[in-house]
Amino acid sequence: MEIPYTVSARRDTGLWNAKVGIWLFLASEVMLFGGLFSAYIFLRLDAAPGDWPHGLLNVPVGTMNTAILIASSVTVVLAWASLKMRDLTKYRIYMAITILCGVTFLVVKLAYEWPQKFDHFGAFIKEGALEKYEPYLGNKHLLEEGLPPRKEITGHLHNKEALKDPNVKEYEIALDPVYADPTNRKMDRPHFWPMPATDKIATIEKSDVKYATMFLPKHSSYFASYFTITGLHGAHVLGGVLVFCYMMLPASTRIYRHNPEHLANRVEVAGLFWHFVDLVWIFVFPLFYLL
Amino acid sequence: MDATTHPHGTPETHHHDEHGDEHHELGFWRKYVFSTDHKVIGIQYGISGLLFLFFGFCLMMMMRWQLAYPGQAMPVIGNALNHFFGTGSMPDGKMTPEFYNSLGAMHGTIMIFLGVVPLAFAAFGNFVVPLQIGAPDMTFPKVNAASYWAFVVGGIIMLVSFFVPGGAAKGGWTSYTPLGVIADTGPNFNPFFNGQTLWLLGFIFLITSSLLGAINFITTIIQLRAPGLTWMRLPFFVWAQFVTAFLLLLAFPPLEAAVVMQIMDRLASTSFFLPSGLVVNGAALQVSGGGSPLLWQHLFWFLGHPEVYVLILPGMGIVAEILANNSRKPLWGYKSLVFAALVLGFLSFIVWAHHMWLTGMGSAVSAFFQTTTLIISIPSVIILSAFFISLWGGSIRFTVPMLFATAFLPMFGIGGLTGIPLAFNSADLYLHDTYYVIAHFHYIVAPGTIFALFAGIYYWFPKATGRMMNDFWGKVHFWPSLICMNVIFLPMFLQGMLGMHRRWYDGGQGWNVSGEHIWGLTGFQWNTPISIAAWVMGLAQIPFIINFFHSIWKGRKVENDNPWDATTLEWTAPSPPGHGNFIKAPVAYRGPYEYSVPRHGKDYTMQNEPIEASELTTAHPTREPVLRA
Amino acid sequence: MNNPPDISPVEHETEEYAHEVRRHVRGYLMVGATLLAFTAITVALSYVNFGTQKANVAVALLVATFKAGLVAAIFMHLSAEKRLIYRILIFTGFFVFGLFWLTYLAWYNPIVR
Repeated sequence: MEIPYTVSARRDTGLWNAKVGIWLFLASEVMLFGGLFSAYIFLRLDAAPGDWPHGLLNVPVGTMNTAILIASSVTVVLAWASLKMRDLTKYRIYMAITILCGVTFLVVKLAYEWPQKFDHFGAFIKEGALEKYEPYLGNKHLLEEGLPPRKEITGHLHNKEALKDPNVKEYEIALDPVYADPTNRKMDRPHFWPMPATDKIATIEKSDVKYATMFLPKHSSYFASYFTITGLHGAHVLGGVLVFCYMMLPASTRIYRHNPEHLANRVEVAGLFWHFVDLVWIFVFPLFYLL
Repeated sequence: MDATTHPHGTPETHHHDEHGDEHHELGFWRKYVFSTDHKVIGIQYGISGLLFLFFGFCLMMMMRWQLAYPGQAMPVIGNALNHFFGTGSMPDGKMTPEFYNSLGAMHGTIMIFLGVVPLAFAAFGNFVVPLQIGAPDMTFPKVNAASYWAFVVGGIIMLVSFFVPGGAAKGGWTSYTPLGVIADTGPNFNPFFNGQTLWLLGFIFLITSSLLGAINFITTIIQLRAPGLTWMRLPFFVWAQFVTAFLLLLAFPPLEAAVVMQIMDRLASTSFFLPSGLVVNGAALQVSGGGSPLLWQHLFWFLGHPEVYVLILPGMGIVAEILANNSRKPLWGYKSLVFAALVLGFLSFIVWAHHMWLTGMGSAVSAFFQTTTLIISIPSVIILSAFFISLWGGSIRFTVPMLFATAFLPMFGIGGLTGIPLAFNSADLYLHDTYYVIAHFHYIVAPGTIFALFAGIYYWFPKATGRMMNDFWGKVHFWPSLICMNVIFLPMFLQGMLGMHRRWYDGGQGWNVSGEHIWGLTGFQWNTPISIAAWVMGLAQIPFIINFFHSIWKGRKVENDNPWDATTLEWTAPSPPGHGNFIKAPVAYRGPYEYSVPRHGKDYTMQNEPIEASELTTAHPTREPVLRA
Repeated sequence: MNNPPDISPVEHETEEYAHEVRRHVRGYLMVGATLLAFTAITVALSYVNFGTQKANVAVALLVATFKAGLVAAIFMHLSAEKRLIYRILIFTGFFVFGLFWLTYLAWYNPIVR
């Protein structure tokens, strides 16, 4: 006896097997990302004012990546529609574009965004030393404005050996624009266009520093959750891309020739997964890049 | 229905070598190792689960030596164990505290995730459910195989963790942070190949395995029910597996997220679960801080609580089938059982913080969780009561499965009722982390679920192999096991009430100082009879192991496909069923427990027996209208 | 009297269905354009101060939920999906909400002297 309802729906449920399966899987994924988002929420709620960073991610690049993912969602549903309308060529074109978008998303993230972060440095100043670095932090001005204080100085680290070598007693940082001009009203809130580090060098004594590191997961709860969520999300994007590649291989074309609805169903199921991945990113983008 | 013999199987059953379809003959590896057949996978899970159960049991027997005779060298095998586990686990045969902690953490982890869940859910579910619903296999056979092999990888990782420098994880099966993050770190440990990290990695595979399995079960039960098998005609075992699958599907992922975060904490020095200002070995930890150990606890117990219902529900399902079959009457309160199981599953998601009464929760949140925890005891009581009432007026035959299933009832009763004091924040202030808690949950899982699993093995063995297990040795297995279970766990309630702390390597000697006696012995002194009973129970499993393997090849062959005279659909298939199970889907015309229906000639009527005209004309005492669509 | 209900497979009427799908293609493109537009909107709104931090977060999440809703309803065909799928998702939604809300409750209701 063969397994029924693999392509055609069962009359009383109105569903074929893989559709039930994929929605169950997506339900579990909702719980998975829900767990991660709950961690983000509670860690952020717990952070004291000034301890949760803003404006450290590249908004234009993030926006572009969001647009790429949305476009790929459109193309994957058009690929499915092409199969339903029995147009194999159009299917191949749309599927190829979808794959291209997915790969572009990953390349932008892994080859540009993340390395940019790994190259960026931040030093958290000890409570008692905040006064000393007021010329860079501008906390008096922030207090007047009713804004939370700055407790970290960021920029491009010139003497990288300072991180490992205990004999080097200070950090030489090419300051980010906000620390070069901290009392300027324009610097109160993050900008859309990212501004590169200035060439104004600051020397920060290690003894005044509570904690200093590059923008790695260990930098803060913010970056820990950012890298973990985008990393896991990226793994899902990669998985989707691989499945789509398989659906362009001869094995899949053979399925189409044998029973076109079967391939259409498979593409629909993979497409549902892809839309979910897009959905997660729709929430990740504002929570990490904008807020 | 007349009294002339009616075949047990229908003409549509499928016999071994008749393949009407175009299946090519599979090679050895595809047929017996990387099989996608649910029966093979079920047996694979079963054997693996039993092996892990045995290993976890051995770990416990070692712990019991330390508890009864702390600091003393283990006789005969002490040095051999030291060589086997290595890394200075038992120098001169004496257990180190770290090794004791490893045994404790791994006993719990292995028994739950590598023993009971694979056996109760995956093994029995995989083998029985498709047969009971008249399906040829699971909806996604390849995913099924993937689920098994992910489980194997996870299990291997857990086992390997014993043999890396520093030994296996020692932070409890709950891996509370900060200990879970800072344990097994430092100069003596490999940054990746250490027990605590491998434990987390193994978990990723085990969780993935369970998720894939859950998807399969739910889809199969929804989509592949045979014609006529409506929801309310399903055997209770299928309902139990259905709810269990949903618990696994929705409760595991937040823990998977948390495990990923704890891995990040360990490997990438993040501080998801590390608070600020943590000092380890006299030095401030070089991390960002700002994390929360409580967050780990919430995410862990969000799974942890539904997990305990995962442990019990399949067992309840097995007991239901066996009680009905061996009392020759229908289950009492089928509808109540189904709704109780559904409500139990639902409520299990909103009670988790009763594992966290001592974390300083305020009165509002505490009141919420106490309320839901007490409410969730109601469906459990309904289920247990329905089982007891099902026996009333029955024509009971004490086959070996029935012995275990009947013993389940009071044992689960004790376990469940002793949970009630723990539901109160106030009482738990005293009982938390004492041996009372250990006794409570072991009563439910050990003489509860594991007895149900034994019952299921004896019951479905003939379906899987075509042979019966030996009856006499089954009874030799049962009676000492029942007695030993109670000698082991009943005194633990007493130890807990004395305040004896769990997870402590010294066997509670700290409480010996007070000299307080309970039922004649001090808390510490009770360790000795408990340990002896544990070792005797180990011996009592030997007849079972021998019986099991011997009967596979030399057991008494069954005379027909339905040796227990049961009613559910799996007994219409051959013993063992062939690939595809049925040639054509069987049709279900009746409910699952048509035992001793008057005027039927024999005391059972199988689900796929068509309705006779005579059943409609006279007042027919079936439980539901026979023409229900 | 022994006829069980019909659970036979439903065959698709391919041509009609293909025609239906063609009508939806324009809808997909319009939803795609809407999503892109609202991405730009959400970025723009993030530079507007709505008073409190809570308000800023609420606005951003509102826009995100709207976009997610479109993806789910149109791209994932949820608006035309079967009851069973809705039920699964409603339970999931309930449990995710429970995870967030009950943890929040525990977080902000500690024991006080």
